[in-house]
Amino acid sequence: MNELKEKILRTLAKDGRAAAAELAIMLGSTEQEVSVAIAEMEADKIICGYPTLIDWDKLSNEKVTALIEVKVTPQRGQGFDKIAERIYKFDAVESVYLMSGGFDLTVIIRGKSMREVASFVSEKLAPMEAILSTATHFVLKKYKDQGIVMQVDEEDSRIPVSP
Amino acid sequence: MRDPLNKTIVDIKPSGIRKFFDIVSEMKDAISLGVGEPDFDTPWHIREEGIYSLEKGRTYYTSNAGLKELRVEICNYLKRRFNLSYDWKSESLITIGGSEAIDMGLRVMLDPGDEVLLPQPSYVSYEPCIIMAGGKPVIIELKGEVEFKLTRQQILDACTEKTKVIILPFPNNPTGSVMSRAELADIVDVIIEKDLFVISDEIYSELTYGEKHTSIAEFPGMKERTIVINGFSKSYAMTGWRLGYAVGPANIIAQMTKLHQFAIMCAPTTSQYAAVEAVKNGDSDVEMMTEAYDQRRRFLIHELREMGLPTFEARGAFYVFPCIKGTGMTSEEFATKLLEEEKVAVVPGTAFGDSGEGYLRISYAYSIDKIKIALERIARFVKKYQK
Repeated sequence: MNELKEKILRTLAKDGRAAAAELAIMLGSTEQEVSVAIAEMEADKIICGYPTLIDWDKLSNEKVTALIEVKVTPQRGQGFDKIAERIYKFDAVESVYLMSGGFDLTVIIRGKSMREVASFVSEKLAPMEAILSTATHFVLKKYKDQGIVMQVDEEDSRIPVSP
Repeated sequence: MRDPLNKTIVDIKPSGIRKFFDIVSEMKDAISLGVGEPDFDTPWHIREEGIYSLEKGRTYYTSNAGLKELRVEICNYLKRRFNLSYDWKSESLITIGGSEAIDMGLRVMLDPGDEVLLPQPSYVSYEPCIIMAGGKPVIIELKGEVEFKLTRQQILDACTEKTKVIILPFPNNPTGSVMSRAELADIVDVIIEKDLFVISDEIYSELTYGEKHTSIAEFPGMKERTIVINGFSKSYAMTGWRLGYAVGPANIIAQMTKLHQFAIMCAPTTSQYAAVEAVKNGDSDVEMMTEAYDQRRRFLIHELREMGLPTFEARGAFYVFPCIKGTGMTSEEFATKLLEEEKVAVVPGTAFGDSGEGYLRISYAYSIDKIKIALERIARFVKKYQK
């Protein structure tokens, strides 16, 4: 991958709203080049989307996030992919990772309540044939997500003018 | 009662920045683009080493010249990054920021009446330090037409038989100007021919955008006549830790160490332990910060040019130096009015020497969002006054 694309990605990773024209100025390129590079990366699914990082806990309508450790039996010819697909197709599922170590899949789901999450696990997830066991952990507090600390920014503590 | 004060000290005029600082401090909602330090916090792994050293009870003096481990690592670093070879034991000294090294370097080299070539605009402390060391500053006015670079002719014109030292302040605060390898090569023989000693203040050496920084000490015949000054403040965002260093010929470093021993004792121990971590494992932090600065730099230059302020492509430090002569105002008038009318603080070029007249120092050690807000206000201001 060329250098421009890598620079674009590093910048967008921090600010998904950065417009092509502005990126071009900041990276010493042209708007045309940047737009083409972004379009290519979108087509190649290198850039997979532009979601916004939200701290839902700051809103009153509480939601819960759970991390579920799942042990599965890999299926002949399909490994873990088939069962992972069956899991990630549920809208409630936010992330699915294949893991090394003591269990196989990490499933992160968000629900309106603990009961909703519990019923998802007991009614949808656990009964799947390939699934051997699940262990559900509820998230109590998010401190940092995707490199961003979820608290109010501290004020600039530098003296305002210095040599 | 007799006058308790030393006349030389009293006669030194206070920094032009001070006055400005007092006004800005009063203004609560002002946006400042006036700082001379990074906006990043010191990377956590560096802070953590400092904390750890305190937990382990490393709360005592170090040797006068500084921790062996730090000096060894600094020499490794200078070799790795700038192809400079120094013996940690006899050719390095850890100081309280680059500032102390400037002061000590001048004091050990100057006899009363010795002349020091001082290119300006440049950092505010060189001139007073020269005077306090008993020397005589001879100002070389760097020119906007050549992007505030130092030329061999300027050195030749300023030299007298009393000239002993030249300060080389590149990458430059406040202009952001750098001296490329080729431009340095062009002045080396003059320096040797005139038998000058160099204080090369390379505190911004990691912050260059384009050609990598070259130290003048790398040229044949220069190491033995150059004190290289560097430090942790700018490259690793460690201003408050107050830690810098000087490397140079053993005979000069020995005298600087003696002065440092009597005046300072040693640089802060906690800072020294943190700095070991910085210089060993901080390369990726520097890379990350430099990339962010570079983006802001391009953005700022582009926008300033768009609003009609001629701005040269500054390739070092974290400052740009736009020309505001088109408004008919002096630097100080412009900066004061901008602060009053639009509540944006920038530093008048004249705070760094008379040759900064007609220019402003704008720092980009701020988030891009903050820079954008400030630029909108500056654009409105310029539109109102541009002739």
